[in-house]
Amino acid sequence: MTVLAIKDLNVTFSTEGGQLHALKNVSFEVPERRIVGVVGESGCGKSTLINAILGLLADNGSVDAGSITFEGEDLTRLGPARMQELRGQRISTVFQDPMGALNPVLSVGRQMRNIQYRSGRSRSEKDARSEAMLRQVRIPDAQAALTRYPHEFSGGMRQRVAIAMALMMKPALLIADEPTTALDATLEVATIELLRELQQDIACSVLFISHHLGVIAELCDDVVVMYAGEVVERGSTRQVFHSPRHPYARRLLECDPARQSGRTRHLPTIPGEIPDLRQRPPGCVFATRCDQRVDACDKVPPDVAVETGHVARCILAEAR
Amino acid sequence: MSGILEVRDVEVTFEVGPLMRRRSILGVAGVSFDLHAGETFAIVGESGSGKTTLARAINGLQGISAGSIRFGEERIDTLGGRAMKPLRRRMSMMFQDPVGSLSPRMKVGNLIAEPFRIHEIVDKNPSVEVPRLLSLVGLTPEFADRYPHQLSGGQARRVGVARAIALNPALIIADEPTAGLDVSVQGEVLNLLNDLRERLGLAMIIITHNLHVVHHVADRMAVMYLGRFVEVGDTDEVFRAPRHPYTAALLSANPEPDPDKARDRIALPAEVPSLLARPAGCEFHSRCPWVAARCKSEAPEFVQGRTRRVACHTPLEPGARPPELEVTQ
Ligand SMILES: Nc1ncnc2c1ncn2[C@@H]1O[C@H](COP(=O)(O)OP(=O)(O)OP(=O)(O)O)[C@@H](O)[C@H]1O
Ligand SMILES: Nc1ncnc2c1ncn2[C@@H]1O[C@H](COP(=O)(O)OP(=O)(O)OP(=O)(O)O)[C@@H](O)[C@H]1O
Ligand SMILES: [Mg+2]
Ligand SMILES: [Mg+2]
Repeated sequence: MTVLAIKDLNVTFSTEGGQLHALKNVSFEVPERRIVGVVGESGCGKSTLINAILGLLADNGSVDAGSITFEGEDLTRLGPARMQELRGQRISTVFQDPMGALNPVLSVGRQMRNIQYRSGRSRSEKDARSEAMLRQVRIPDAQAALTRYPHEFSGGMRQRVAIAMALMMKPALLIADEPTTALDATLEVATIELLRELQQDIACSVLFISHHLGVIAELCDDVVVMYAGEVVERGSTRQVFHSPRHPYARRLLECDPARQSGRTRHLPTIPGEIPDLRQRPPGCVFATRCDQRVDACDKVPPDVAVETGHVARCILAEAR
Repeated sequence: MSGILEVRDVEVTFEVGPLMRRRSILGVAGVSFDLHAGETFAIVGESGSGKTTLARAINGLQGISAGSIRFGEERIDTLGGRAMKPLRRRMSMMFQDPVGSLSPRMKVGNLIAEPFRIHEIVDKNPSVEVPRLLSLVGLTPEFADRYPHQLSGGQARRVGVARAIALNPALIIADEPTAGLDVSVQGEVLNLLNDLRERLGLAMIIITHNLHVVHHVADRMAVMYLGRFVEVGDTDEVFRAPRHPYTAALLSANPEPDPDKARDRIALPAEVPSLLARPAGCEFHSRCPWVAARCKSEAPEFVQGRTRRVACHTPLEPGARPPELEVTQ
């Protein structure tokens, strides 16, 4: 079963210099009960992807083509009222800065009660459920915690409160945009272990965005690699991390400082720049930076299935 | 090597709570270290342990309640905003929140030219400097016409770097300079800072949660917990043999980019103590897997070894495992 299916999605922003193609023919699926990671160069369109799913694109942005199917409905065709209904109930989100999701002037208990406004539960039932949820994310003294305000928690605790609130209504899909970036390594690991546990409990799917490849490797079942608004490779985490087939994916993994065995002052990078998204090259988007470029790269590259579930948008993936 | 920065017993106090029940907390609770020209010093530690507050204090954006800070020959913690201004040319700060620290109504080009205006530098032409700085941080000239909200998180971060290096400072304090960047751009930013360090003898304080980054770029590192340094040493040595239990737990937690790697972690209880109720004795004892009776009542001294300082009654031997072997998978 597939919870979220994105098919040939195209998103553009109108800018002074013309139309900026932020997402170009993006397709991938989030299967039921799987954690799918999204990685890619800064500016490759990860946040744009999330905003398109949530119906929250900036005013100058629009979905030009393609579909986003969530539990049978095409989100690109829904009105704002229905989208609002889905957000927070069936699809919920956790962001890097939990303060953005929390209301500073309401107690945590009050906010957690508000999320349950459509549940039909009594007030005390709601509070009991909130308390149980806080306990599940290991907030000490959960009952007292309900009366506290967001700023009275540390960064790590706040992120766990945000996760508790996001999972309160047992959504089918949790979208997490760099939720652990602000946490130290011990809390980061505790948070991803917690996420994995809750995801299994609630049986939801997760779309998880992070630049931390170690966290992706540890948490995710599948990975989607994006470059300049395109999905250049996708597959299981093992397939992509152990045998990347797109040159960008390979280079990205090689640049991880965690992979440099000796200590080095000069970290590896991918030379060159991301193309101007207002004038996308007609062929492969990565060609200008690719060290394996051939003439055929000037044509639109095919999506090559290298193995079941493992797809790379590169002509060279075909040859082997 | 000459000392460029000398931080001694610095404390920062905050007043918190409702008016009637005001209480003070120590955000920074007595920190000392020296920094030499050309040196890179990393500060790591728990979220909320006081890293940003310490950085702001050094930069003069936050008053200190005890201690002293010297920059070059000059004592700077007693200077007011005005007297601080010329010094800020030589000491620049990259802020933790990249988008929030850029004024939303200014275009990128103006944001990058702003330091020249603020410091009334007339011998530099912004129409030359802006494209030069943009290209140094890997952005094309067309970005000069964008507003901050039209940038991705990573692009905003690069604009922050361009601003920080605009005036060729002698010291850069970088608060999470690469959070939100992919590994390749992260490498570019760090290489860029490192090049400047080599070329200009720049000193750098880098605050980050990314331990892999620390390992590669920092000469020395400090580990902070509840407003204090609990361990300071040469980066290589600290990674090879952490001596404070919090450092050991932190380094063991570092996620590795291999889905099949066996993980052997020192688990810590997730409850971080509040600054309003600092634990008695050693302040880490409430989470320490090695806790002993003495730790609950007696605060450890910050012991100075040859190259290492550790605040622990019984510093760890290399490769030490927690007594009850509480290991998570
Ligand atoms: N409102 C907007 N108007 C014009 N361009 C935009 C707008 N929002 C984003 N962009 C551009 O679209 C591209 C994709 O941006 P997006 O924020 O989705 O990237 P990202 O993958 O989330 O990056 P990061 O990892 O740095 O957060 C970038 O080139 C960005 O500059
Ligand atoms: N203006 C303020 N008023 C009251 N308390 C403050 C203020 N600024 C910071 N604090 C508190 O001081 C402590 C240290 O905060 P600081 O931002 O320096 O931590 P940090 O180590 O930078 O954390 P992070 O890794 O999350 O950025 C925290 O407990 C914080 O809540
Ligand atoms: Mg983003
Ligand atoms: Mg900080």
